[in-house]
Amino acid sequence: MSKLQPTTARVVTYSIGFLSSVALTLIAYAIVVNDIFKNVWTPATIALILSLLAIFQLVIQLLFFLHLGEETKPRWKLMSFIFAFVILGVIVIGSLWIMFDLNSRMMMTPTEMIKYMDKQAGL
Amino acid sequence: MTSTHLTAKQSTNENTLLGFWLYLMTDCILFGSLFATYIVLHNNTFGGPGGDKLFDMPAILVETLLLLTSSFTCGLAMLAVRQRNVRHTLLWFGFTFILGAIFLAMELTEFRHLVLEGNSWQRSGFLSAFFTLVGTHGLHITIGLLWLGVMGWQLWKRGFTNNTVRRLTVFSMFWHFLDIIWIFIFTFVYLMGDLQL
Amino acid sequence: MNIFANILGKLSLDAIPHEMVTLGAGIGMTLGALGLVALVTYLKRWTWLWREWITSLDPKRIGVMYIIVAVVMMLRGFADVIMMRLQQATSVGNSHGVFTADTFQQVFSAHGTIMIFFVAMGLMFGIMNLVIPLQIGARDVAFPFLNSVSFWLFFAGMIIINLPMILGEFSAAGWLAYPPLSEIQFSPGVGVDYWIWSLQLSGIGSLLSGINFIVTILKMRAPGMTLMKMPVFSWSVLISMIMVIFAFPILTVTLTLLYLDRTMGMHFFTAGDGGNMMMYINLIWAWGHPEVYILVLPAFGIFSEVVATFSRKRLFGYRSMIWALSAIAFFSFIVWLHHFFTMGAGAHVNAFFGIMTMVIGIPTGVKIFNWLFTMFRGRIKFNSPMIWFMGFVFLFTLGGMTGVMLAVPGIDYQVHNSLFLVAHFHTMIISGVVFGFFAGLTYWFPKVFGFTLHEGLGKIAAWLWSIGFVLAFGPLFVLGLMGATRRLDHYVDPSWQPLFIVAGVGAAIIGLGVTCQLLQLFISVRQRKQHLDTTGDPWNGRTLEWSTVSPAPFYNYAVIPTVTHRDEFWEMKRAKASNVEPQYVDIHLPKNTGAGIIIACFAFLVGFAAVWHIPWLAIIGTVGAIIVTIRRLTTDDTEYTITADEIRILEQQHVKGHTA
Repeated sequence: MSKLQPTTARVVTYSIGFLSSVALTLIAYAIVVNDIFKNVWTPATIALILSLLAIFQLVIQLLFFLHLGEETKPRWKLMSFIFAFVILGVIVIGSLWIMFDLNSRMMMTPTEMIKYMDKQAGL
Repeated sequence: MTSTHLTAKQSTNENTLLGFWLYLMTDCILFGSLFATYIVLHNNTFGGPGGDKLFDMPAILVETLLLLTSSFTCGLAMLAVRQRNVRHTLLWFGFTFILGAIFLAMELTEFRHLVLEGNSWQRSGFLSAFFTLVGTHGLHITIGLLWLGVMGWQLWKRGFTNNTVRRLTVFSMFWHFLDIIWIFIFTFVYLMGDLQL
Repeated sequence: MNIFANILGKLSLDAIPHEMVTLGAGIGMTLGALGLVALVTYLKRWTWLWREWITSLDPKRIGVMYIIVAVVMMLRGFADVIMMRLQQATSVGNSHGVFTADTFQQVFSAHGTIMIFFVAMGLMFGIMNLVIPLQIGARDVAFPFLNSVSFWLFFAGMIIINLPMILGEFSAAGWLAYPPLSEIQFSPGVGVDYWIWSLQLSGIGSLLSGINFIVTILKMRAPGMTLMKMPVFSWSVLISMIMVIFAFPILTVTLTLLYLDRTMGMHFFTAGDGGNMMMYINLIWAWGHPEVYILVLPAFGIFSEVVATFSRKRLFGYRSMIWALSAIAFFSFIVWLHHFFTMGAGAHVNAFFGIMTMVIGIPTGVKIFNWLFTMFRGRIKFNSPMIWFMGFVFLFTLGGMTGVMLAVPGIDYQVHNSLFLVAHFHTMIISGVVFGFFAGLTYWFPKVFGFTLHEGLGKIAAWLWSIGFVLAFGPLFVLGLMGATRRLDHYVDPSWQPLFIVAGVGAAIIGLGVTCQLLQLFISVRQRKQHLDTTGDPWNGRTLEWSTVSPAPFYNYAVIPTVTHRDEFWEMKRAKASNVEPQYVDIHLPKNTGAGIIIACFAFLVGFAAVWHIPWLAIIGTVGAIIVTIRRLTTDDTEYTITADEIRILEQQHVKGHTA
């Protein structure tokens, strides 16, 4: 069960959530559409920033729209979400690690492959 | 924790809300697998155009804001439910429906455009992954709209019974969840695609 | 005429198999099914069947139906075994055995798929349905209607996997259908599509059951039963179901992507056009590894109950058992690459997954020791569940050691996809999952049916299975180390043949074991009056389910018990019996409904249409399923009430004697 906020407080909650999400969306969009940032930051940095903005918006929407913080004990929803997040991390990051490792090894040209094998053999 | 201190109705409500939450967690894994596949395949354009050439970013921004707003109006609708106000509930859920429908229409237009230009899901691994990931989200939205329609009818006919209120609560969880998934589609498919990341 | 050419998609009279063995099996199956229909009609039992079983939302009924399907499918899976052993015992050098290569490939594909998805999963969900509500002091599961849908989707999946015997063909791509072999280019027939849709339907059923049982265990335990007072079997089910909900969506996605490749010309896993075949293997094993632990954890839970009961001693190390289950569950999600060590990953990746795989052996070892310590200084009764357990301890430990060997990538490079691997995983699954479920079925049989199974035949069956297993799979370990690849329908080295013959003899002995079990069932039913369970507690059990009469009443408990201890029933028996008149209240139970089977029928139509490419049928199926679902989910009138007075009368009948 969740503790009930009064309705006016709730309107404020939803509004904060909404406006923050809009802001985060617009910021992310501006970074991408605006070429200025392409020269200031490396692609990896931009990717990181965009990911962080997305995660931040996720947390905002979890708290303000899905009211994840308001559960009383036992916090099954929170626990199952954290677990899902961890498993998701394992599966997505694990898959990407595996697949990029495979790809790099499978996509070599014959010359590259010979060089790689020589290096592995210590030649 | 056991629930004998709750009434049967309260127990049913709690069980259903937890059960549906768990279903949403499985949907997270479902979308996660689709995301992983998309990321692995997103550069496999097989000589064809990548995201940067194909995505109409302004339209995507509009879609994103539409869906976000519909999530907000859905929240406001649930406040009207709390106040047991049928007219306000139908009004805010009506907005939610319209915004969601426009989102869906825009997405279908985007898909149609891509297909007509020869960039269908058959063209490359990248496009297969794109259409499937974004299309699965669109399918969920479609089911959500159908569900909302049925709920609107149910509310109109029966008013705020325990069952109707619980079902509306479950729907709102689903709708908020779909907007959360869209955050990641917007970021990892469209924004990063536009940057050729 | 042209318009009719496409109306049935790819379906035509050509779909009826020509090959003798398949046709024979298909005709046999059809006659069997028709015979069953005729029998029910003759006995005029259709209304009874519909009312008491098909539309029932009682998990005790649903559990029995799961087990019946699983046992029937086990017979089919075992027929596949006989065929494979026969082929491999005879197909050497110039002889090419009994079956064609194509038949053999369909047989081993069907064998694996059926055993995992319909036998193991079926037995597991069956036992869960029968036992969990009773063991936690509840009357039903959290979502009784969803439970019915899950079972009937499982049933629909079972029908789909049996259809290839009369219409079309089955997949020849193994139980996991790796691309590119499973892609449309190399498997243009309907076999792989049958495989996909059978698993898709039953997989969704499993996912829904996962959600159902988690909520049931978390929210519906009897008052006072904290999680740490809950029996270990319930814990093992809770943890296994948590694994189900996080693993099965991966399967759903992977099957869908393969189907999209095959039907809509997509390029997820194709050899060209930007596909990546290894992504399939990666995803399918990200599901596949958790799946085998999903199956074995409840079997471990069953052994915990059985060993404690028949050692007449409480389970040693309750807390460490829970920790071990949790650790196994978590680790099972981070080992999946060990199924494809040899498929191109570098040393760092292989090393990580290899180490994680070895780590999983540790909590498993903790469990084995805990069971042995439970037995130590107990007053052990070596009845048939304990014989299954003893077989398990020896074989599973040895098999586990071969697992640790396989976890070393260097060794795995030698034995990957050899018969060594085949022997390893059969050891784990048969001695773990199968023996565990057989022990559980024997253990809980009286609670469900009101009489015990014939003990002597049970013991003989357990011995035959154990000895037969050693003979059937011991040679396979040797053959694997000698270089024998799996899935061979023919080999050239004649020195291998004696080993294959021994394996065939072993399979035959297991077959004798199965025969004993069927005989046991038949004789037990005939002799049931001599083996009635009059007390409800035939084994001097420790947990709550033994506090009801046998068979348990349809409402499980007239009064929901209050729990203050672990092994509550054991404590209840030790304490003085209370003479207070129980306070009865009105009980609300779910009404029967046909919606479950009807939704599954529509889902079946979708699956069938998807296999044979019949769009209009797919639309009818989808729309039908949606309409029935909406109707059911908007109904408010889903329960009925039994008054307190009616309960009192029913309870008094239990005191007097047996209610049927």
